[in-house]
Order: sequence, then C-alpha cells, then structure tokens
Amino acid sequence: MPETYDKTPDQHGYYGAYGGKFVPEVLIPALDELEAAYLTAKSDPDFRSELDAVLKEYSGRPTPLTFAERLTQKLGGAKIYLKREDLNHTGAHKINNALGQILLAQRMGKKRIIAETGAGQHGVAVATVAAKLGLQCVVYMGVQDTQRQALNVFRMRLLGAEVRPVTTGSRTLKDAINEAIRDWVTNVADTFYLIGSVVGPHPYPQIVRDFQAVIGQETRRQFMARAGRLPDSVIACVGGGSNAMGMFYPFLQDKNVRLIGVEAGGLGVATDQHAATLSAGSVGVLHGAMSYLLQNEDGQVQEAHSISAGLDYPGVGPEHSFLKDAGRVEYYAVDDKEALEAFVLLSRTEGIIPALETAHAIAHLVTVVPGMPADESVVLCLSGRGDKDVHSVRERLDLDASGSTK
Amino acid sequence: MSRLAKLIQHKVAQSEKILSVFLTAGYPEPEATAEVVFRLEAAGVDFVELGIPFSDPIADGPTIQESSQQALDSGMTLPGALHLVENIRRHSELPIVLMGYLNPMLKYGLARLVDTAATAGVDGFIIPDLLPEASARIAPAFENATVGLNFLVSPNTAEDRIKKVAGMTRDFLYCVSVTGVSGARKSVSEETLAFLQRTRSWADGTPCFAGFGIASGKVAAEISRHCDGVIVGSAVIKLLAGGEPLHLKLNRVSDFIAELKASLKGVGHGH
Repeated sequence: MPETYDKTPDQHGYYGAYGGKFVPEVLIPALDELEAAYLTAKSDPDFRSELDAVLKEYSGRPTPLTFAERLTQKLGGAKIYLKREDLNHTGAHKINNALGQILLAQRMGKKRIIAETGAGQHGVAVATVAAKLGLQCVVYMGVQDTQRQALNVFRMRLLGAEVRPVTTGSRTLKDAINEAIRDWVTNVADTFYLIGSVVGPHPYPQIVRDFQAVIGQETRRQFMARAGRLPDSVIACVGGGSNAMGMFYPFLQDKNVRLIGVEAGGLGVATDQHAATLSAGSVGVLHGAMSYLLQNEDGQVQEAHSISAGLDYPGVGPEHSFLKDAGRVEYYAVDDKEALEAFVLLSRTEGIIPALETAHAIAHLVTVVPGMPADESVVLCLSGRGDKDVHSVRERLDLDASGSTK
Repeated sequence: MSRLAKLIQHKVAQSEKILSVFLTAGYPEPEATAEVVFRLEAAGVDFVELGIPFSDPIADGPTIQESSQQALDSGMTLPGALHLVENIRRHSELPIVLMGYLNPMLKYGLARLVDTAATAGVDGFIIPDLLPEASARIAPAFENATVGLNFLVSPNTAEDRIKKVAGMTRDFLYCVSVTGVSGARKSVSEETLAFLQRTRSWADGTPCFAGFGIASGKVAAEISRHCDGVIVGSAVIKLLAGGEPLHLKLNRVSDFIAELKASLKGVGHGH
C-alpha cells in the first residue's frame, strides 16, 4: 500500500497502474499543449485569483456546510453534515470544473468549446460559462438522454449552445464522449474539449480533480472551524467520479478520515443493469484511460443502467481505480429503489430535494450512519439539486393529496 | 521474415506502390469476409487489414462504425477474427494485419494474443489507441513477438516524434492522412501531400503507407507519389453495404480495385 496517495499522477499521467493516454496519435499535440498550459496556469497566481473571483462572484462560493439536524435524529447515529454543492450557480458541482477549464481555454486562445453530457448538468454548466465568455459551444448528448432530460436540452439551447443528439451505440453518455472525441480529432487546432468528469486521457483526470478539489478544501476548512477537528467520514456518489474526487482529494493523506464512494447499483449489481463500475467491473481501457469498466468477456464495453442519467456510465475515473486497489477509499453500490427512497427522505427531513445522483450517497448514509457513534461526524457531498429530476421521479412515484406514496 | 516484411521488401525493390484494403472482420456477414479477402487478393490487393469490431471506435467515421456495429451484432469477436485468419490461411498467403482498439486485445490477454496470432498466420497489428510510449509500458509482449506492432502518425505529429515512432514501428508507418476520423473523402489537400512528403523524408527508409480518406484512383495516385503505399477502407466497405447479393457487390469491389491498381501503376517512385 502506498504511503502517500496525493502525489498523483506520475509524470506520464498514471495513478499506479491506471490512467495514461490511450488515444489516437492525432490528439498527442493537443494533450501536450493542454498539459503545458495547465501546469503554467496552475502555478500562476493571476490565474488562481481570476478563478477564485469567478467561483465567488459568479457561482456563489464558498458553498455552505449545513448540519442536517432532522436527518441525523431520524437515522440515530453520527452527525450528518451536507456540503451544499447544490447551491452553486446551475445547481451542481459541475460549474467548478467548467469555470476552471474555460478560463484555461481562454488563456490558450481556443474559440470553440465542445463537451459531452449525460444528465445535462455538465452540458448546462459548459453552455453557461461559454455564454459568459462569449465562446462558441457544441454539446454532444446521447439521444436517449436528450429525451429523459429534455428540459436541460432546452436550457443549453437557451444559453446559446448547439446540442447535437448522438444516435450511435447505446445513445447515452458513453457515446456522447465518443462523438466529442471524434469532433476533437477533426477540429483539434481550434477546439477545446471541456471534459466533465475525472475521466479521459491524461491530463484530464488531474485537471478536473484539481478544479473540483475546492469542494474538499472548503469542507476541511469549514468543518475544522466548526468542530476543531476533521470529520470521521466523508461520503460522495461516484459515476465518472468528479464530485467524489474533488471532495476526497484534500483528505487523502488524513488516514483517520474514512472515505466512501457510492456507485449506482441500478436494478442490482448481480444483474447486468447497473453502473457499479468499481464494485462489479474489471480493468480495461475506455475513453483514453486505463481504469475499471463494465465490459463483456470479449472486451466490448457494456451499457450501464441507472435511474440517474449522471451516473449512467460504464467507466470511472482512473484515480478512483487506484484508490480502490490501494484500499484508501471504500466503494459501495446502491440500487435505483434505495436511491429513490433517499430522494424522498432528504426532501422531507431537510427540505432539500437532492439530485438523483446524490440520492445514491444519501441512501448509503441510511445504511451506515445508524452504526456510527453519535460523537462521530460524517460529511456528505450534496453534489447537486434535484429540480432536473422532479419530472422523471414523478413518473415513478405516485403521491396522493396527503403526500403519502401509493 | 513475415509475409508482410517480404512483400514490402519486394515491392520497394521493384519501385512498386503497395495497395492495402481495410475490411471489418465479420462484414458484410461472418461467412462472407473470407470470400471478400480472396476476391481482393485475386484483384491484386497486396495485403489486407482485418478490423476487430469494437463497441467504441473513437477514431472511426460513420462507415466503419456501422460495419463494426453490424459485425458485433452478428457475433464477431477477437477470437472469431483469429479463426477467420486461420481459415483464410488454408487457401491464401496474402499478408494480413489485424487492426483494432486496445480493449478487446487487453481482455484477451496480450501475451496470449501474440502467440495465437502467430499460429493463426497474422502478420502484424495496428492499434490506433495504443501509443508507442504506452505500448512500451503495458504491452511489452509485442516487442519480441514474431507478429509486430505498427504505429500511426498524423499531420500534426512533430518531426522528432515521427523519427522516434519510425524507429519503433515494426514494418511500416501508418500515415493518417487527415486530422480526423476514418471515412471516404473526395479530394486530397496540399496539407496532406506536404505531410506525406515530410514524413517520408524523416522516416529514414521506414516504409510509409497512407490511409484515411482515400476513395478513388485519382486520390490514390496523387497520394502515392509521396508514400510507399495506400490503405483504402471506408470506400470498399461502402461497396459491400446494402442488401444486394454478395457476388454483385464483389464484382463492384473488383472493378474498384482494378481502378486503384491502374492509377497506382503509373506512379513513379518519386521522392
């Protein structure tokens, strides 16, 4: 087991055995250019202060750390705190990374931004920051996702982005990424590919993690100010894994802080209808990186399934694969039904409607918190708000006039 | 010496251009692929690349994506493609290179793959998402194998990198002639010609084959002035698409290959 977990990736972009660059040769100059620009920006105080300013004045950071009093009482165990990424502009943590990368794109003189989106949260965040900076924006979205997240398609178009429905393969996030990569391969000279999660070829997993690390940094500071110590456990949902990586990264060296990632179990990890890549997948290469993925015995990538479009991805960020094997982060899966129950639970105990993605992490709290002593504390990354999911949840949840489920 | 290495040596010595065709294994139907290969050989194609279908072909345009999906749907796999080569070898010594994305090969096991491929009669590999650096790190099995790995370069690849990759590739450099995905294109740009010209001058004698976008005898002739051979993919796949009887499609493929051969014949070994 490694002594340090946060000195990653190595100079070739690997997190232990994971990560790297598994892409067509044509993308090498672009990845090299991106890496050089990122390293320069990272050590440039002007870039940092420019980013800090937009995070504060545009997105509303720092986001609060909220004590979930009634949920804590109800579960009867450790105290539960919520890191309120849902209160960001556009309603999720995705904007942290979108702002960081678009400032980088601007520094690099790129005029055209492309992105992929699953649930539409990243697409909306990118369309938003592209509008703010006056850059051309094209978002690829699986046609299946454009149907289940029709309102987000309209939002992106309202913001001036072009949404291109993807009709190839499984017509979801995985195929939207394929199509975005094909666009990038073709228009590599003037186009910036703004990836939305800690996936893809090096240096993307590092860049996205670093821009999302603001979540964990603030959480440390806020919890410390409140309790004079660090939380005992930190928990986050994992699809590609960007909110979790941003939350976990600043805690990796605090070995007493238990880190828990929660994947989408879909109809159950024993079925072939889930998105629990780390819990039930195997190692391979997808979208430019070596990592765990869902694949069949012939190495064909399988379709994922989750009630949450944002977790519906057969891959996962390479750093999560590294942290799983190293034993530093525990990963569990929660199924669609449990997530839906947790969606209702948080709405009714705290008056916060969470994103369905986040609801998976909440469902896991329901399992583990009662077993944690009352003098312990757990922080949950409330990665996004659930407004976008209300429509699809309504189709599954029949509430009568008194609010009871039928 | 592999069939491929012998072919290249012979053709270069004769100052003749090499014509290669890419074909998705299992396309247009699993039983038809071998027949297509025999027809290509009869029409004068020098070697074929058999594509291993993959669920996520990020470097390919719509034509090869569709052929790949169709082959997957009809049950083609990497082991299936290796069997296909074995079957072809009963009747033919045409050099065959397997071209496919890394993941199915990783799943199969790279050490096992190089052995099985050698036994089946494969003459080389092309893996568009395995760069030379990554290959050295995770795929050492290819280095001393009888069946070697051939790398790709692009119009935006820097001089020092082309020189390095030319030194690492087994039999040839695959020059991706456009910045983009695979697919037939109508014309050839000045940039493409300039790219091929400089690549060949930097490759220090490593044979350079140009692929991606070559769809007519005219384009093949223009391009081959600046390289050692051309690889045609989508244009042939298109001729094999649709519901017509196979023999009619094969006749059209033969005619197209004849057109390409005629165009390449007139091209001198220009530098």
